Amino acid sequence: MPRGYAGKFLEVDLSSEKVKDTTFSEDVLKNYVGGRGLAAKILWDRLGEKWETVDPLGPENIFLALTGPLTAIYPGARVCVSGKSPLSNGIIGSTTSGEFPSELRFAGYDGVIVTGRAKSPVYILVTDDKGEIREASHVWGKEAFETIRMLNNEVREELGRRAPNVGKWREPGMIYCGPAGENRVRTAAVMQKVSHAAGYGGYGAVMGSKNLKAIVAKGRKPMPDVASPGAVQVLWREVDKWLVGRDVFRRWGTGYGGYEVGANMSSEPVRNWQEEWHDEKSFAGPRFDFRYWVKRYWSDFNCATCCMKLAVIKAGPYKGAITDNPDYELEAYLGPNLGVFDPGECIYLSALVDNLGFSGINGPNTFAFAAELYQRGILTRDDLGFDLKWGDARAFEALARKIVRREGIGDVLAEGTYRAALKISETKGVDVTKYAVHVKGVEIGAHGTRSGLDYKPIGYACSVQAGDHTSGVYDAYRDMETVFVDSAVVCSFNTFGATLLWDFYRAVTGWDTTEEEWNRTLGHRITQIQRAALLLGGPDITWDPEVHDDNPPRYYEPLPSGPYKGQTTDRKAFEEMKKHYYEAIGWDERGIPKTEVLEKLGLSDVDRVLNKLRK
Amino acid sequence: MSEEEVVWVARDYLKCTGCRRCEIACSLHHEGKIWPEASRVRVFMLVPGVEVPHLCAQCYDYPCVASCPVDALSVSKETGAVLVDKEKCIGCNKCIEACPGNVPFLHPADKKAVICDLCGGDPQCAKVCQEAEFNALWKVREPKTGWGSSSRKLFARTPEDVTRDVAANLYGEKAEELT
Repeated sequence: MPRGYAGKFLEVDLSSEKVKDTTFSEDVLKNYVGGRGLAAKILWDRLGEKWETVDPLGPENIFLALTGPLTAIYPGARVCVSGKSPLSNGIIGSTTSGEFPSELRFAGYDGVIVTGRAKSPVYILVTDDKGEIREASHVWGKEAFETIRMLNNEVREELGRRAPNVGKWREPGMIYCGPAGENRVRTAAVMQKVSHAAGYGGYGAVMGSKNLKAIVAKGRKPMPDVASPGAVQVLWREVDKWLVGRDVFRRWGTGYGGYEVGANMSSEPVRNWQEEWHDEKSFAGPRFDFRYWVKRYWSDFNCATCCMKLAVIKAGPYKGAITDNPDYELEAYLGPNLGVFDPGECIYLSALVDNLGFSGINGPNTFAFAAELYQRGILTRDDLGFDLKWGDARAFEALARKIVRREGIGDVLAEGTYRAALKISETKGVDVTKYAVHVKGVEIGAHGTRSGLDYKPIGYACSVQAGDHTSGVYDAYRDMETVFVDSAVVCSFNTFGATLLWDFYRAVTGWDTTEEEWNRTLGHRITQIQRAALLLGGPDITWDPEVHDDNPPRYYEPLPSGPYKGQTTDRKAFEEMKKHYYEAIGWDERGIPKTEVLEKLGLSDVDRVLNKLRK
Repeated sequence: MSEEEVVWVARDYLKCTGCRRCEIACSLHHEGKIWPEASRVRVFMLVPGVEVPHLCAQCYDYPCVASCPVDALSVSKETGAVLVDKEKCIGCNKCIEACPGNVPFLHPADKKAVICDLCGGDPQCAKVCQEAEFNALWKVREPKTGWGSSSRKLFARTPEDVTRDVAANLYGEKAEELT
């Protein structure tokens, strides 16, 4: 086993209740690394031939929770979850930070591969060189804090029974799904540490579909050996020093963005993206900071950045709400996007979606979509059971709960914005897909393209992760960095602008992989597999790149307000960039990966399956 | 250092970010590896957001030393730290029980007691915490006896006990249902 790896993966089949260790060859690991890259490899090898027939929410889907060789060694530990996405029907690598990934590696595992479906709710417990399936009916239906409290207590007691005289057992790390995931809401996240979400992809619903409430890990072994221990120690301190020096990020995280991005850049969702500008000083960063932040530097294992800020509401109607920051994405999506400009209401709604286990981007995108339909008289009080007015936090709470319960219109909206739009268009006899702000089923992150100051016109349209704002594309070279970061599985906040990342990688693994090689070959190979899966799609929806490699219609409407009023995404520039991107990444004019490109990358099996689309 | 002074790692639980770089620094220093379960300081997070760095408080009366049936524990004359003689230690659990905070634990590999040795007077945990400007852990020098010396022992509390205080401080009334 190469350096930087714990050495094995835990494979759990929930249908047959079988647990075993699995390994991958050094060649596979060198090429696909871990996280997103290895997920693409595993999913393609096992499901590629029959991809379009695999139901993301059926037992044939595979749920992956993978680390990488840099995880918990390079500052900022994350875990990457994947599988066939119930939103895009492709492969998305979605990461979340916390102590689960480090604990998993301390237990001697680099990842967990889950297949099948359990008969009744279970969780997987991973301890030193051991995995087991345990009963979880008592935790099913529980929200975030209660899930963590119950599993912490239960696992600490159990481990104390097994090894009674070693001293106090610490809490384990865990990923889990909330009630939204349990009920297969397609915008459900895989959650960690109450407010940390692997949001994109809808993998909380995949966990729920498998009757898998949580994966809990507690290890007592050291981090895996690295190739050059002395070099890694020096690099760790150097990266640390650089992170400590990034003052603004440490002070505010992204928690001042809810005002800044709207006011400065005109690229923040306001009332379902009808506008992208606001100058509401009530929503300014210091109003979150000094009233609600009780811990200004909050972090995960091995991270000096502390972009998280613990927010608590101690008095008033929203008393008891706890969340982090909110960070910019949730500030925007549960603030201006819902017409909410009160920090307390935004924190309350953020804590609510955390507790219910929604992705704080994707779920609230659907909330705002519903509110716009209410504004336009398409959805009514009769449909909803209440009025859904912009800025009414209690109404949005009621909507969130209705979606989680899949009650009435909630059952439709639980399918995510695009699928709900298709259904409502059909039942109401009016096209509402133009109000759905998504790319290929994935609701878009809180960064618009219209002002020209934030994301590139093709950023989402050509991305294999679709609406994922952490994986926007530009030139098929520089944007391969995000593929690497999600495959080595570290935090992109700690690698953005980093100069020592590749030295770190080589010192940990001992491999001689260069950034150039990654950007030209290895990253491309992973991206082509993701592209193939995305285009094969199914079984409910498939994407035609000639139609769906595009921005949502709203992104071509002129901005109605603010300093960039009248500006919109330049269609001509978009087409030119798209053409250039296709060429750079090796897709034909229809957007399908070219045979010669795939063969050069050693992906002739992918090429063969894609022949289905070339007819 | 004068005979009348001891080194101590002062701690402010409210400022702990949960980054656990103290555990990384400690285990790199003592074990040559990143190994939090062998770190002399262990951060507990029994409730999300409530982080409690748990390490020896060097009680003035050293109940752990008195409890050891094989005289494996002694007190450093230079720093006041409890030193573990790994050759003598039989991993019997007595020091863990005797400690008011159950701070010691058995090393995951050799099963011998692990107790903070203050890195010989230059605690690495406090150093990395200070480098990151978190100020949750910092090195102080204090009188060995007299005013203040008995208060150090008051930090020898179980992580559950400290968690209840810190949770109440951060979360107010909500803390009760979380702990």
